[in-house]
Amino acid sequence: MWDDNEMFLFRSTVAYAMRRQLPGQQFSVPNIVVCNETARVSFWFVVMSPDMGSLIPKQQVEKAVRMSRGRINSAFMLTDHTLEFIGIAPTLASPYTPDTPPWLIVFGVVMGVVVAGIIFLVGSSVVQKKRKKKQKSTDNNAEVNEEHSAVNEGVYNMSFTDEERITRI
Amino acid sequence: MKLKLPNPGLEDRILSHQMLDKLEEEEAGDRPKWDNKAQYMLTCVGFCVGLGNVWRFPYLCQSHGGGAFMIPFLILLVLEGIPLLHLEFAIGQRLRRGSLGVWASIHPCLTGIGIASMCVSLTISLYYNTIIAWILWYFFNSFQDPLPFSQCPMNATGIISECEKSSPVDYFWYRETLNTTPNIEDDGGLQWWMLICHICAWSVLYVCIIRGIETTGKAVYVTSTLPYVVLTIFLIRGLTLKGSLNGVKFLFTPDLAELAKPTTWLDAGAQVFYSFSLAFGGLISFSSYNSVHNNCEQDAVIISVINGITSVFAATVIYTIIGFRATERFDNCLSGNILTLLNAFDLAEGSITDSNYDQVFEHLNGTSPGVIQGLDLQQCNLDTFLSEGVEGTGLAFIVFTEAITKMPVSPVWAVLFFIMLFCLGLSSMFGNIEGVLVPLQDLKIFPKSWPKEAVTGITCVLCCLVGLIFVQGSGNYWLSLFDTYGGSIPLLVVAFCEMVSVVYIYGIDRFNDDIKFMIGHKPNFFWQASWRVISPLIMLFILVFYFITKVTEEIFYKAWDPESEEFPTLVEKPYPVWIYVIIFILAGIPSLAVPLVAVWKCFQSKRKDKSHLSDKVQMYDEIMKSPA
Repeated sequence: MWDDNEMFLFRSTVAYAMRRQLPGQQFSVPNIVVCNETARVSFWFVVMSPDMGSLIPKQQVEKAVRMSRGRINSAFMLTDHTLEFIGIAPTLASPYTPDTPPWLIVFGVVMGVVVAGIIFLVGSSVVQKKRKKKQKSTDNNAEVNEEHSAVNEGVYNMSFTDEERITRI
Repeated sequence: MKLKLPNPGLEDRILSHQMLDKLEEEEAGDRPKWDNKAQYMLTCVGFCVGLGNVWRFPYLCQSHGGGAFMIPFLILLVLEGIPLLHLEFAIGQRLRRGSLGVWASIHPCLTGIGIASMCVSLTISLYYNTIIAWILWYFFNSFQDPLPFSQCPMNATGIISECEKSSPVDYFWYRETLNTTPNIEDDGGLQWWMLICHICAWSVLYVCIIRGIETTGKAVYVTSTLPYVVLTIFLIRGLTLKGSLNGVKFLFTPDLAELAKPTTWLDAGAQVFYSFSLAFGGLISFSSYNSVHNNCEQDAVIISVINGITSVFAATVIYTIIGFRATERFDNCLSGNILTLLNAFDLAEGSITDSNYDQVFEHLNGTSPGVIQGLDLQQCNLDTFLSEGVEGTGLAFIVFTEAITKMPVSPVWAVLFFIMLFCLGLSSMFGNIEGVLVPLQDLKIFPKSWPKEAVTGITCVLCCLVGLIFVQGSGNYWLSLFDTYGGSIPLLVVAFCEMVSVVYIYGIDRFNDDIKFMIGHKPNFFWQASWRVISPLIMLFILVFYFITKVTEEIFYKAWDPESEEFPTLVEKPYPVWIYVIIFILAGIPSLAVPLVAVWKCFQSKRKDKSHLSDKVQMYDEIMKSPA
């Protein structure tokens, strides 16, 4: 709820900002003059010098507000979007850009796992083949049975085939 | 209808029932086998359940009258999907060959069907894996906070204008991912980041299929089950978000007037057909690795039901999130308007709220219409936001990612979502590649002595190289070209030919006997009616209508052109003339392969004029002719 106390707080934060901007000059609440208040929380304000003699130029006031924007916002628990100073655009924080894009790191991990998998699978089948060859040569002296060969052109089944091809009946 | 075309020599080309039983007992075949039934079911479910269930079905559902769309979808699922699925399972299990071998066994002139299947599977594998590469790119990029697609990047002068005019998600998709060119003629060169994701996608696929179903069978334990887990998590999360129920209500609100439009039924039929991954040849291969007496009828019904339920489930999940996004946009739109009004009229904070907005607006419009005009307020309509229905890559990479950026702890949801899409895509790729590899082996393109690892490796490398078309700047346009023309008409042609071949050339009586031998009872009246009449007719209708629509419509593509006036809306541009040649190659060659190979084989047989012998199986069959 906007009331006179909130307005007091606002004026004091602007005075604080002016003090930071122009060190040595003791701004205080009466130096911040507010006018044209409306039901919508929206108003004009001007800053007088501490001796109430002259108006502080607009650029100085803008600079002061820009510098202390964060403090003014947090005094009211608002943000750049919810507290607007017309004419003073919010300064954007620069986004954090890491040296290695993070996606390359994840890509590296995934590719590493995949390549390891390929090498493992291809390697294990090569090793298996070598073992089979050794086995084959050791029982080559035993009976030669085509059923053990790795490559099978078709089903060689004693009970069904003759050596001839199919004949039509 | 007892029409049966003459088919001499059929018994010589296929194994008889006794042979099959003997084979089973002695386990003397050289065909790979599934370790257990679960692997087979998971592989088939994974093949059928794919990206289309997530990003095509919800769009169709919402644009064709919501809940009312379920009616044509379910009817066609039962009349078209299940019979075709049962047919493919049964014929694969009975003839124990891959797709090329099955059709060559039924009649050598039908080899063209197998070749067409292989061509289509190849075309689809090429571009499908590029979609997986895109998903991987997004997945890799989700491991950071804030997500790169949640904010516009900046250069020296401020926010990049292309991003400012559109949105961070659009910019990330079109510029940072695709780096798309304004039209298809500019190829834009290879994008290195997409290239390495592309290679990664093919490598992951290679690892999973390196030894055929031996490795695929293990991979599917993860790739087929993980999507369901993630969908459930998203459902629970989605339902707790504000506005999700608006989305679900919008999705399922029935509009029965849509049922009168033929396009609704056409789209439902096409969706059922494509969703089941029929006519690729992969399902025939997978079921040929089963034991002979496996109950394929039960499998077909179970898988169809799972596919249907998954479509509806995924649609619900997607629309909870879309409802959330639409409500968020609506709230922002309304707040923006309220703020403008408050500022313009200097009213107190809180005097205009969401509930009294309309009244206050009317009042202000009555008292000072000039001011209101000058303010240029936006129209805020929740239904408009909800019906910004998008499908395909637009849904996954633009709409859904935008919704994710608005959820708390977004990187977690992004990672989960892209893992789910990756698993869905990969499990479908297993089936696609199976439909390419097995015919290649049947055609004896690779020497028999080469190990399986080398065959799969060479196929993957070649596909990876050809797939580089899609890695260029204009890759997205090529992909939608392939998707629209390469994967639609030829599949319908192949499916229709499959049904006709099995029912009328192989013989429905022989087929019935085979099924009785395999599962113990003859298929009942429903199967008979659907195989002989209903399903072929439906396929024919869909094929004819699809063909007519595609041929008569103007062919154009939607381009992302920052220079155009309509930016950020996509611009419709006509294709250059040489694209028609490519379209013909994509769609025409597989479809024409069926009749051309048939004619060629008939010439061959007439010249040789002796009986055809199978070169794979030698047998001596004592049983006489089959009942005709």
